[in-house]
Amino acid sequence: MKNIIQHRRQWLKQAQGLGLIALGLLANPLTVFAKKEEADEAIKKIVSGAAIREGKVTLTIPPLVENGNLVVLKVSVDSPMTANDYVKTIHVIAEGNPLPNIFTVYLTPRSGTANITTRVRLADSQKVWAIAQMSNGSFWQGSAETLVTLSACTEMV
Amino acid sequence: MPMGVAKAVQPSQQSSYELMSTENKAMQDDPSLNPAMFWVGDGESLWQQKVGLQSKSCSACHGDAKKSMRGVATQYPKLIKGKLQTLEGQINQCRVGAQSAPALAYESKDLLALTAFIAFQSKGMPITVSENSANAAFMKKGRQTFNERMGQLNLSCAQCHEDRAGLKLGGSPIPQGHPNAYPIYRLEWQTLGSLQRRLRNCMSGVRAQQFEYGSPEMAQLELFLMWRARGLPLESPGVRP
Amino acid sequence: MSKTSRTSITMPATAKKDSIIEIRAIAQHDMESGFRYTEGGKLIPRDIIRTFTCTYNTVEVFKADYYSGIGANPLIIFTTIAVESGTLEFRWVGDDGYEAVNQARITVS
Repeated sequence: MKNIIQHRRQWLKQAQGLGLIALGLLANPLTVFAKKEEADEAIKKIVSGAAIREGKVTLTIPPLVENGNLVVLKVSVDSPMTANDYVKTIHVIAEGNPLPNIFTVYLTPRSGTANITTRVRLADSQKVWAIAQMSNGSFWQGSAETLVTLSACTEMV
Repeated sequence: MPMGVAKAVQPSQQSSYELMSTENKAMQDDPSLNPAMFWVGDGESLWQQKVGLQSKSCSACHGDAKKSMRGVATQYPKLIKGKLQTLEGQINQCRVGAQSAPALAYESKDLLALTAFIAFQSKGMPITVSENSANAAFMKKGRQTFNERMGQLNLSCAQCHEDRAGLKLGGSPIPQGHPNAYPIYRLEWQTLGSLQRRLRNCMSGVRAQQFEYGSPEMAQLELFLMWRARGLPLESPGVRP
Repeated sequence: MSKTSRTSITMPATAKKDSIIEIRAIAQHDMESGFRYTEGGKLIPRDIIRTFTCTYNTVEVFKADYYSGIGANPLIIFTTIAVESGTLEFRWVGDDGYEAVNQARITVS
């Protein structure tokens, strides 16, 4: 985490020196994002007090993202996907977005796999969670962290 | 100034495609993943649409775009009846002159769709803009603009995109700035946009007065940039961060 | 007020029975997040696709809820088992009366 903060300070210093940050970014009303607490709340709501186990869920996002507006995100849950043992739902929650919930998918034994790919918005460098609920009711989680940089030479705000 | 001073070792010509992540490259290359293809589809429909006082479509004169527009986008900007036309400019010239329909606004859905559809017909073909006696005066102006310092930051295009191409600005490498993928789906815009929109972003980046859409200065700069990119294959419609 | 847009489906036209097929579904939509402001400081209201469903010969086999964090021109890639020949129908429903439908036929042998 410290490395990430150092990197951003360095970048902000450099970019400010060049004046290439759009002024709007510095005075952005969105700088107060949902923090980790809101993400935790969203996850609590999903599991309603049940235990969440680590494992089975692999969340893949590029570790370094050049533009957070469209980031390829893959979730993959290890499951036989049979009538007796399949993934029912997968929720993806972000720790650093204005709203923690990004998407939820509902699967069935006819899904074949619990592999999903989509493209999401990441407002800032952050940790993203995937919570899967199995057909037996159990919850499993996985996460991924990413560094989001910003494009230079953007539109005037 | 906290920027590298030395010239980076660069191939003589490099598309900014090479600087993109694997995911973004895949987004551009795969039509089932490239959002710009929606605009190409819109353009295909517009090509057939009867417009204007004579109720004429593009296809009425130009037939099948796959044949008639093949290679066309690689030649623009070009001199047509003494005027330096960009592709968007020529589309509007057809609209007003041949179809007696109103010109389409820059960055409007329809103009972007037609530009994307036409440029798509040249995908993979090398840019063929050359310097000749007819366009020499315009080329000179475009070259001058590229090399001239501008804006509150007092930077020229060349200082970033020639001298410092390949070096990092913030987290990202500076591209050579070739316009070989336009119109692009820019992730920053979350939509499709033209080269002129991107050039205006560059100008606001150095706090300079932006050239107006459709202006002669824009066309001259585009001419120089396309000549500078000659030989590079057209990637339109591209994806860029 | 109802509005719609282009969508695109990529999936195989034929498949072996009980094999797993990959489906790519993408819709042309700005997905206005509801967290952006105009130059004048006014909040731009949310206008996004809320749900995506896939039915296979009328049986729902996949559903997704989208929130503001889904990127513009939303893409989703998922799988389903090619159980039988027939029609897959895809439906996107969103804010402000948005609805789009697309279909694909599959021959399973």
